[in-house]
Amino acid sequence: MNEHMSSASPTSADFGKDKSSFDSKAVWRTFWILLCITVFELIVAIVYYETHFFPKHILNGVFVIMTLAKAFFIIAEFMHLGHEIKNLIMTIAIPACLFIWFLIAFIWDGSSFHDLRMRYDKYQYEQSKTKVKPVEHKEEGKKPGVE
Amino acid sequence: MEYGKLMMWYFLMSDAFTFGAFLISYGTIRFSSSSWPNPNEVFKSFPFIGEMTVPLAFVSLMTFILIMSSVTMVMAVGAGQAQDRKAVMKWMFLTILGGLAFLGCQAWEWTHLHNEGAWWGRNPFMNIDGTQSSTNFTNFFFTITGFHGFHVFSGVIINTIMLIKTWRGDFQRTGHYLMIEKAGLYWHFVDLVWVFVFTCFYLL
Repeated sequence: MNEHMSSASPTSADFGKDKSSFDSKAVWRTFWILLCITVFELIVAIVYYETHFFPKHILNGVFVIMTLAKAFFIIAEFMHLGHEIKNLIMTIAIPACLFIWFLIAFIWDGSSFHDLRMRYDKYQYEQSKTKVKPVEHKEEGKKPGVE
Repeated sequence: MEYGKLMMWYFLMSDAFTFGAFLISYGTIRFSSSSWPNPNEVFKSFPFIGEMTVPLAFVSLMTFILIMSSVTMVMAVGAGQAQDRKAVMKWMFLTILGGLAFLGCQAWEWTHLHNEGAWWGRNPFMNIDGTQSSTNFTNFFFTITGFHGFHVFSGVIINTIMLIKTWRGDFQRTGHYLMIEKAGLYWHFVDLVWVFVFTCFYLL
């Protein structure tokens, strides 16, 4: 607190410096980038829903890359991390790399569990092959918790 | 870097790992299931247009509201750096409005899904391949969007306190608007989490 107070004592020179560090043009640019990515994702999702023109797992890769791009812009521009000193950026970025391992390990675990169940759990296997009739959603007076 | 701001970054890191754990457990369960409901089928309603189906339109509106309120929050931070009390108040007010709009949308979505029979432990939706779906889908959906919604709610409370403090001139007296910047970091983090929730539940 004290260090900061001394560095941000209200002198006109400091105000000038602070103003120049805030760039409302960059904020709006970030906003448009985020909006465009979201609209693009939406269009791709709806076109896929209507036509199934593309393998879904490749599409999922596109969605993940788009999401990471959005996350980068929010963190770097809105949260201002891109303009902080390098040590702080590393303090945040290096622990966040743990997520890479988490994702690989747990997703791997999940698909292994799926394979095991399909091979050894007869009930699960039959369930995954049995089609059910569509449920009518618009029934009046039938609400969860009321039975 | 001021001490409080650094600590806010560390808090957000820990919160990121909490959300990460939720989303990764969702991913694990989804990978261990043979099929999953189609989000385009589940999230296709919009208020006041009746039976017409518009897949993902409503949730995109919610995303837009949250990104927009992030922009107004950055503007509040910028106004704080320029020591402009009136502008900080204006932008904080708009940010709070955006947060409330988002919460309102989420309340509508939850009510709508509840009316369709979805809740914790109950899943009326079929898997995309026509097989019986488990309740994992609704359990994860309500838990994670609920946890995120609770973060938005806390953010609105924090922003309201900041607005009141700005209005009283507290930050004018201390000579800086760093509290606005810390509240801003939290608010952007909530937006950041929503980006991931949006992808995991509505797109994938």
